[in-house]
Amino acid sequence: MPFIPHTDDDTREMLEVIGAHSLDALFDEIPKDLLIESLDGVPEAMSEMAITRLMRERAAQDGAPLCFLGAGAYEHHVPTAVWDLATRGEYYSAYTPYQAEASQGTLQTIYEYQTMITELTGLDVSNASLYDGASALGEAALMAVRCNRKVKNGRVILAPGVNPIYEKVASAIAGTQDITFERLDMDMATGNAMSSLPDGEGPVAVAIQQPSFPGTLEDVDRLTDWAHAQGAFVIAIVNPTSLALLKAPGHWGTEGADIAIGEGQPLGVPLSSGGPYFGFMTCKQKHVRQMPGRIIGRTTDLDGEPGFALTLQAREQHIRRSKATSNICTNQGLMVTAATIYMALVGYHGLRSIATRSHQNTSRLIDSLTAIDGVERLFDGPYFHEVALRLDRPVAPVLDELSIRNILGGYDLTAGNPDLGNSLLVCATETKTEVDIDAYVSALSEIMASAERKSA
Amino acid sequence: MSTLIFEKSRQGRRAFAQAPLNPSDTSIPKSFLRDDEPLLPEASELQVVRHYTRLSQKNFSIDTQFSPLGSCTMKYNPRACNALALLPGFAGRHPLGPVSHGQGFMKCMFELQEMLKSVTGMVGVSLTPMAGAQGELAGVAMIRAYHQERGDTERNEIIVPDAAHGTNPATATMCGCVAVEVPTDSEGDVDLEALKRVVGPKTAGIMLTNPSTLGVFERHIIEVERIVKDAGGLLYYDGANLNAICGKVRPGDMGFDVIHMNLHKTFSTPHGGGGPGSGAIGVGERLLPYMPIPVVTERDNDGESYYDWLEEDDMPHSIGRLSGFMGNSGVLLRAYIYMRMVGNAGMKRLAEYATLNANYLQARLRDAGFTLAFPNRRASHEFIVTLKHEAREFDLTAMDVAKALLDLNYHAPTTYFPLLVPECLLIEPTETESKETLDNFVDAMVAIATEARDNGTSFKEAPYKLPVRRLDDVKAARQLDLKYRPDP
Repeated sequence: MPFIPHTDDDTREMLEVIGAHSLDALFDEIPKDLLIESLDGVPEAMSEMAITRLMRERAAQDGAPLCFLGAGAYEHHVPTAVWDLATRGEYYSAYTPYQAEASQGTLQTIYEYQTMITELTGLDVSNASLYDGASALGEAALMAVRCNRKVKNGRVILAPGVNPIYEKVASAIAGTQDITFERLDMDMATGNAMSSLPDGEGPVAVAIQQPSFPGTLEDVDRLTDWAHAQGAFVIAIVNPTSLALLKAPGHWGTEGADIAIGEGQPLGVPLSSGGPYFGFMTCKQKHVRQMPGRIIGRTTDLDGEPGFALTLQAREQHIRRSKATSNICTNQGLMVTAATIYMALVGYHGLRSIATRSHQNTSRLIDSLTAIDGVERLFDGPYFHEVALRLDRPVAPVLDELSIRNILGGYDLTAGNPDLGNSLLVCATETKTEVDIDAYVSALSEIMASAERKSA
Repeated sequence: MSTLIFEKSRQGRRAFAQAPLNPSDTSIPKSFLRDDEPLLPEASELQVVRHYTRLSQKNFSIDTQFSPLGSCTMKYNPRACNALALLPGFAGRHPLGPVSHGQGFMKCMFELQEMLKSVTGMVGVSLTPMAGAQGELAGVAMIRAYHQERGDTERNEIIVPDAAHGTNPATATMCGCVAVEVPTDSEGDVDLEALKRVVGPKTAGIMLTNPSTLGVFERHIIEVERIVKDAGGLLYYDGANLNAICGKVRPGDMGFDVIHMNLHKTFSTPHGGGGPGSGAIGVGERLLPYMPIPVVTERDNDGESYYDWLEEDDMPHSIGRLSGFMGNSGVLLRAYIYMRMVGNAGMKRLAEYATLNANYLQARLRDAGFTLAFPNRRASHEFIVTLKHEAREFDLTAMDVAKALLDLNYHAPTTYFPLLVPECLLIEPTETESKETLDNFVDAMVAIATEARDNGTSFKEAPYKLPVRRLDDVKAARQLDLKYRPDP
């Protein structure tokens, strides 16, 4: 029996102590007709050797394509030390740090994380993580409603550059509490908000994503000041790698964003088909009591020595129950451990060179791609490491052709944003070499040329 | 003792192998750029490795200590589950990659859905919820959607037993519902008369954990089902304690309409110091159209089967998306690997040996003089000891025992939960612990009680042997220090 240590003698002696004649007797309080004999849908057990072979085959089946896809999850180099350390049993198999004296490793790590992520976002306080970036927008909207009590309408306005999937997730999470999400119109020339912004009854919050989903850089100062002038809260949605270069949300506009959230995956977390990642959330000090999730504080012990503990737990579900700030209990602790180690290893200067190299690689990629007939930039303005291109034909078949050549050519923006036409979002992080970029460029050139020939 | 990585920083120090060298500037206009320098550590790779290795050593964990935390199922996390989930083909797969480059992963997910249907007795499974609480959110949102679609818009009350996890009432609130508490009787079952009084035309459903957090099986489950269903409500199964009945009883057969599972409990994915979890949900026929997306399906292409995603267009009644991509996929892979290794016969063994260990430990502690909260009941996979006598007679509280156990190198059981049992320890040994470990734990409990009773020893200041002594929680909340600030 895998992972069960009992010998036959153990089982017999234990049943004797209990006073039960068999293992089945231990289930005698369960109504008889509910008991089942066996599970039809679970196959026979496999040894570690057999499952290893099976999983290797399946992993190999998914290949190792050359990846120019971003759209919310980014391929970065993950230093070996990150997961070597994070999967040490003492981190990996540790419980939630409720017993603080027995959890100082996890607690101090999260305190260090809170410091790093507040530094990157330019805000005062951080929680210990939420599930992912998309769900963090839902939690941020709910938090804004709790904080911004003057505004009762439950309207959250999204800048045009907010990831459409984030909107869907936030609606699924916050929509049952009468919160509605609306979008500002996009200026089709720039990909950003229009030069004139609507006025009228102010929303409870405005969410602004930088860099925007289609890769542009939004005038976040202008949008932040506009939102604040209307009495709205500002929720910044940011990519943590980009914050080594771009202005921190805490410094947007005159007053700074009130809450910053985002997807923590770029900080040392493998792509892994979409998870586990972690959502980060930071805010201004005055809103800390409305934050969802766990928060770690530094305090002292009986000897006056410094130590770390969960704090402000009166916000949480295990104390406040139906009045809690959120129902979140389990978060993404291990991912935060990995991200902390990642940030400690690369530091600000390393993160800055990773961000810069990613930007340069993307520049090199789009300069070459836009030299191909039928490929041009969708918007002209500045960008970070992701750019929208317009093709002269439908995108999906082109991506299929590329994937046959083992290249993931980017994200097809067409389906989610029909107004944008045949558009494709591409990204080249620091992991891409000139050879990789050349491979993509020549593959796309061939595909564009051969398809032209076919249609000619 | 607790030097921060920031305090080990030296200006100009780097882990040079980990980032590109000497990149020049970017073409991004200055107005978009930051003009301040965020305070991140500047350390060598060795310093970072040593710092976090040493920090990890300050943790208790399953790999290093027996952790009998009730309702948390701290069982062994097999090493293979982690290593195989991190194979490059899995770890490197982009979530938006085409299905042509995801068949290996998707086959695992499809088979996981099928196995979980079998374990729960449900007809549909969605793997996307990222933790138990998000599974609860999905479940209650589905129950609401079901009633609303039928025009039954007044149903907004969710009944929760007083012993329920805090996430249950918090979830009801998050879904725009009202939590209504129903009491437990003296034997640990739901008070049926009280239940009859609270159900009515506003009842949306009831959330139950069975076995409950009191460590006993709800014997009147069929009556509970009838009362709630007769009132027009649905039944939600909180799967926190699924380890107790895995392979023995199925929530679907008990009449539940929806269940969330905690894969990080029953199916042994890591707790990770607080997460990630994974809260896959299972549903019966009535809620099938409302499951959160995406779901993996098997399709046929000219006689050849392949795996594909069910999205909005395929499931127009879905409550929607709860995560940016596909939930905690890597956690799901670990659960899949675990289930394949445990296999059909093993599933039942989990419950049997988890129950054996709990009943054995319960009997040993009772015989050693400890008071059980429900002495007339069979323990499920967990049970409750109440220290109300010890607290009254010689001032030994649940908190004291918890901290004293830490000094004896045991993680404390769950304390002061459920709230309705005074001075309680909720103890769940799990099936992966040996008889010797349980016997040693009994010795430790007896030693602590004897010290307090016979020698008047106080444990108010325990622990003594850990990296820190008891921490000042009041100061932590009053003088908030939530981030490091260098001395000016």
